[in-house]
Order: sequence, then structure tokens, then C-alpha cells
Amino acid sequence: MDYSQFLYMPQEIGLLLVFLLVFIYDTFMPARMGKHLPMFATIMTALYTVYSFFPCPDSWGVAFGGMFEANAATWVMKNILNVGVLLVMLQSVKWTNDDFVSVRRGEFYELLLLTLFGMFLMISSRHFLLFVIGLETASLPIAALAAFEKRHYESHEAAAKYMFTAVFSSAIFMLGISFVYGLSGSLYFRDIATTILGQKSALLILAVAFVIAGVGYKLSLVPFHQWTADVYQGAPTAVTSYLSVISKGAAAFAFLVILVQVFGSVYAQVWQWMLYAIIILTITIGNLFAMRQRNLKRFLAYSSISQAGYIMLGVIAANQVGMASMIYYVLVYIFSNLAAFGVIAVIERATGKVTIDDYNGLFRTNPWLAFTMMLAMFSLGGIPPFAGFFSKFFIFVGACQTGSVAIYVLVFIALVNTIISLYYYLLVVKAMFLRQDDCVVPYIDSHWTEELALTVCVMGIIAVGVASGIYTFISQITASTTVAPMFTMVG
Amino acid sequence: MNLTLLMYLVPSLIMFGCGVYGFLTRKNMIAIMISLELMLNSVDINFVVFNRYLFPEQMEGMFFTLFAIALAAAETALALAIIINVFRVARKVDINQLTKLKF
Repeated sequence: MDYSQFLYMPQEIGLLLVFLLVFIYDTFMPARMGKHLPMFATIMTALYTVYSFFPCPDSWGVAFGGMFEANAATWVMKNILNVGVLLVMLQSVKWTNDDFVSVRRGEFYELLLLTLFGMFLMISSRHFLLFVIGLETASLPIAALAAFEKRHYESHEAAAKYMFTAVFSSAIFMLGISFVYGLSGSLYFRDIATTILGQKSALLILAVAFVIAGVGYKLSLVPFHQWTADVYQGAPTAVTSYLSVISKGAAAFAFLVILVQVFGSVYAQVWQWMLYAIIILTITIGNLFAMRQRNLKRFLAYSSISQAGYIMLGVIAANQVGMASMIYYVLVYIFSNLAAFGVIAVIERATGKVTIDDYNGLFRTNPWLAFTMMLAMFSLGGIPPFAGFFSKFFIFVGACQTGSVAIYVLVFIALVNTIISLYYYLLVVKAMFLRQDDCVVPYIDSHWTEELALTVCVMGIIAVGVASGIYTFISQITASTTVAPMFTMVG
Repeated sequence: MNLTLLMYLVPSLIMFGCGVYGFLTRKNMIAIMISLELMLNSVDINFVVFNRYLFPEQMEGMFFTLFAIALAAAETALALAIIINVFRVARKVDINQLTKLKF
């Protein structure tokens, strides 16, 4: 075996190195050094993130007989996830040193890094075996993370619900793969795509439906979304933000890779209409349920469901603009959602309050937290000067470029839903700025790591939208890579 | 008697259906776990049979099965750990008690 192939995976190896360092620190350092572990892990991840930003085009290529591919597009996707994980770690430094959690703080960071590794495998794999291993590595440890707050019953309930649905969906996913294998005789994405080109058999449709169900579960698209709100509410807030941002972003990228690389050749025959229905349902139902939530974590769960629908618009567009705008959307979504969850985490840790009514009059006591939350809500809702507007705009442009009437209708429905979503996003803003309350949240002196994370998020929300270079850069990269053989096939 | 492809596939699919049925109807969390195992194992049968009958010149399906078995073991271990956690708190492993988080 040629061991030099491992040089094709510099980002994965760097990540494993960080994981090993954190693990060694956790295991062998004396107990009094334990309180520095969160900072150590965060600094290591920060160094690794910076290292990973430098592209090394020499190492882009195909390894392990075609099972693993690294290219410019996967490099961008992984960097976006890295930034997100770094922000989540920054936000949770203080929380992991709390009395009830500090015993297991090592595990928190180790599992975070391991799941990230699984997501990298998912994005880069070009073979279903590697993909399934990545998927399981990315989803199983999250169940353990959800059960992190042992003294809370909700945490266990969330973990159990996540666990059962995760295994159920992965069984369905693997059944779909077994059908694909029976059809094509191979598990390599490239071979499958050429074998099933132009086919339309019942088995193929069933297989694609099962695969979409399996990955759609991780993305919480609508018929498979039931677990989302419960798990988001029950899990510790740091884990929820990880789940809603990183896990969802990685699943979206992986979904793109699978649908484009494997089933791209049967786009029009098989899955265009499946995805069409799923997107409409996802956006609409996510929005409608978000309106009636009083708990902010549940509220953001349903909001993230409807955001996943917008992300899928980039996939159904099936062109280069769609792909670039989808990556861009995930980047913006990471900043906006992490800002919202950061504020929620700070307030929950200080006062234990998580409902919208608790935020009444927040502006008077904590103006900066309220301001950050407002920016996050504006960005999620897509109000113009902020990044969320541009990401939605590009997604719609990408979808409209297909020129088909059906997609125009889809974009129109999405647009109407954007307006509906403004209602509930602004409810939070209204509570913070306009409402009064007798028992307002007192002034909270947040830790500097949390302030840093929130500052980065706010800067991201403002800068990513205004600096047009970022979208141009992503767009050039996706145009230069061959992530999408489908786009030549579909034309 | 020659066993055909269908003679393996149909039982495997019935097994999968039993798993889904058990997952949806059982109340005990351990029983739900067993149903999930049924589903995962029927997928393994599918892979092996497809490999043996349709593509005997390669071993890809067999290898996938090996890895899938390992993954199923990991899933079961984690699920049992979580069930034990729930049992510690609630003294029961009944799925109906997981009702604190809803709507």
C-alpha cells in the first residue's frame, strides 16, 4: 500500500492531531490543570483552523482508489465547518467549567472534534462505505453529547429520542444503499452514476427515496423533522448550537455531494419532484410551527427547519450558481444562528430563562446582548443590509436560472415564506426592545470568550454580506472544481 | 433445490418490515432496540445476497456488511448506555414516559 496517499487528507490529519492532543491532555495532565482544558482545546482548534485556511493545491486529488477526494470545494466546505466549530468551542469554554459539567469537559471537546472528523469524511468520500462510516461517526457521538447534562431529565430524553431516530434513519439509508448496490454492482459514486444514467426503475426510485430520507433526517427536512424540536430543547445549549449549525451544514454539503455525484444523472427522472415537494413542505411547516413556540430553543429549531428548506433550494437548482450560493448560505447561517444561540446560552447560564417572554425589556439591562440577538434575527429573516439577505438572494437567483416554470413557483412560495418568517423573527426583537416587564433579566457580565465569539458572529453577519469578495471567491472555486459531473449531464 | 435471489430478498424485506413495525408499536425501549437491530441486519442480508448472486466477482457487498455489523454494534452500545441513563432517572424503560418535551 502506498502510504503517501494520506497526504491527500491534510485537513483530516490535522484535525486528528488536535483530537489526540486534547485527548492526551485530558488523560495525562494532573487534575488541577483540568480547568485549562477548554482553553487549550479552543486554542489548538484555532491554530488548526488558521493552518487549514492555507490551501495546498498539491494535495488536492483522489486517494485510496477513488474512495476519498479532496479538492477546492471540499476545502472551502471544511473551512466553513472549522470556523463554526471554533465559535461553538469559544461559546462553551465557560459552560464546560461549570460545577456539574466540569468532570466530563474533556469528553465534550473530544466528541466535538470526532464528530467534525466524521463530517469531513462525509464531505470528501466518493464511496458509500466511507460515507456511511462518516455519517455514523458524525451522528452517534451527538447522542452522547445530548445526554451531557446528567442532572437534567430533559437531556436524557433528548438523547434517547435522537438515538432512536438516528439509528432508524441510518437503517433506512443503508437499505437504500443496498438497493443502489443491487442495481449498479458498485459502491463508488462514479461507477453508480454511469450505470444508472437515464434509468427509471421502481427499485431506483425506492433507493433514491430511502437515501433522501436517511440524509434528510440529519438535515431535518420536513417529513423527517419530528425529532428536531425535542432534541434542540432538551440538549444543553452548546450542543444544540453545534447540532443546528455544524451538523446541519455538514449534512447539507453531504446531501449535495450524494445527490449531485451519485444521482445527478437521474435528476429529472427521479428526484427533482421528490425534492420539490420536500422543500415546499419544509419551508412552510417549519415556518408555521415556529410561530407558536414560546421556548426560544424550540423556536430556533423550527426556524432551522425552514432554513434547511432554503438550503435545499441550492441543490434543486442543479447549477453552479446554486451550489456556490448554497455553500455561501451555510456560511451566513452559521454566523447568524451561532449569534442567536450564543445569546441564549449566556442568558440561560446566568438566569436559566429560555422563553421569549423572559426576554421582555432585555434592551434596557443588556443592550449588547439584545443588539446581537436583533442582528441575528434580522439576518435569519433576510433583512437587506445583513448577510442573510444576500444569501437568500443568491439562492433565489440560482434557482431562477434554471428557467423552468415549476422552479419559479417554488421560488415564489419560498419568497412568501420569507415574509411570513419575518413575523416570528420580529416577535423576538419586539419582546427585547418594545415590551416592558417587572422581572427583567438583570445585567449579565458574560465571560470574555463568549463576548469574543459573539463579536466574531456579529462581524460575520455584517461583513460577509457586504464583502462581495467572499461570494465571488466561493463561486470561482465551485466553478473550477469537478464536484458536479451532473451539471454537464443535465446541461 | 436451487435457491434463487428472490428467496433471500423477500425474507430480508419481511424482516425489515417487522423491524419497522416493532419500532413503531413497542413500548419497551429495549424491545425498540431489538427492532432496530432487525432492520440493520436485514440490510446486511441484502448486501450479501446481492453480492453473492449478482456480482460474485467482487467482494464489495461483503465488506460493506462487515463494516455495517461493526457500526450496528456501536449503535447498540450507545443506545443501551442512554437507556441505562434514562432508567437511572425514571426507574423505568418505558417509551411512554419520554413525554416531557413536546410541542
